[in-house]
Amino acid sequence: MIILKIIAIIILAPVIGGLLTGMDRVISARMQGRFGPPLLQPFYDVFKLLQKESIEVNMMHRFYVYISLIFVIFTTVIMLLGGDILLAIFVLTLGSIFFVLGGYASNSPYSLVGSERELLQMMAYEPMVLLVSVGLYYVDKSFYITQIISSKMPAIIYLPGVFAGLLFILTFKLRKSPFDLSMSHHGHQEIVKGITTEYSGKDLAVIEITHWYETVIAFVLVYIFFATASNFSHFIAIGVCGVVYLLEIIIDNAFARVKWQMALKSAWIVTGILAAVNLIVLSFIK
Amino acid sequence: MKKFIKKSPWILHYDGSSCNGCDIEVLACLTPLYDVERFGVINTGNPKHADILLITGSVNEQNIEVVKQLYEQMAEPKVVVAIGICAATGGIFADCYNIIGGVNKVLPVDLYVPGCAARPEAIIDGVVKAIEILEKKQETARVKN
Repeated sequence: MIILKIIAIIILAPVIGGLLTGMDRVISARMQGRFGPPLLQPFYDVFKLLQKESIEVNMMHRFYVYISLIFVIFTTVIMLLGGDILLAIFVLTLGSIFFVLGGYASNSPYSLVGSERELLQMMAYEPMVLLVSVGLYYVDKSFYITQIISSKMPAIIYLPGVFAGLLFILTFKLRKSPFDLSMSHHGHQEIVKGITTEYSGKDLAVIEITHWYETVIAFVLVYIFFATASNFSHFIAIGVCGVVYLLEIIIDNAFARVKWQMALKSAWIVTGILAAVNLIVLSFIK
Repeated sequence: MKKFIKKSPWILHYDGSSCNGCDIEVLACLTPLYDVERFGVINTGNPKHADILLITGSVNEQNIEVVKQLYEQMAEPKVVVAIGICAATGGIFADCYNIIGGVNKVLPVDLYVPGCAARPEAIIDGVVKAIEILEKKQETARVKN
């Protein structure tokens, strides 16, 4: 039974992630006064890339993105099976690190710049991701997602500050402006797409699929804050995920990209204050 | 096997020694009026991601190597489209001391889009024709994994 579940997660998560990306592209185009590509465009792109030639730069170069994909799939499975959120977060970080190593492996100046920017982004968002799991543990006395989402009260009631902080760093995770320094969806000429510069064909398709999984992971984090023991709350949680995605798309289209100093400073100040104040207040009332 | 390349042709645009007329028309294709992203076209800026190389303007002594590099870095299957009369024959610049002529002097050009400057409609038409050539090329392309 659990094996069937795992297989379903591995197949369905990228389908959902791809559809979300397709919706993003259509909505973004409409916001810019364009008609936009078909909803299934991300899938067409990936299937095309799978059929193209993959140019190999060196032996290790491709290895890293495949390892990164495996770790990200592992994270998705842990989270959707209701496993340990702390383990999930660390495995996800490992996946991101391997992706960065892939950028360093090619020795191309463009992917080096991309890798460095990706590391700076990780530095900006990782503390908040950890604080999310700390906050959730504080409320529900468990790191297990099954236990967190089966409590009586939704975590958002106790952790509005932590949730706001999560929304802030979600912009990094989903690679949206103003924090899409390392690899943007839109700026296709922006330092020639950072880490992906030297990847082509199948390897580029793998990077795209990894991002679909990451999109799903990001929304599972949002979902956890709203789901409770009652069945109705799960619909609310999914609705909130939709609203958050729309918000991210609006932010993406309304803001220009910031410099890394600004990204790092604003992320640490905003998430630090929001999460710290929230946790301090919580320690008095709970 | 179904060919997806016609659903998502990614473009790389290079300015040889164009007067910028054709370049502006190429970029006009991406604006809300023509919006080629409807057909999945993305203007990539990275030869390794691109399927179609659009070259505007003629080739001169200094960019022969650059044009060759860009072509060699593109993954198979790939096509080259020469945009405008300068890219086809050298056009008004043909007699200049540094101009060696059209793009076909250095690269195997698959398609010529005429015009000075080429109209956006003509460029879109050219890209659509280029996609047909891409599909044919995919059948015989070297597939290296």
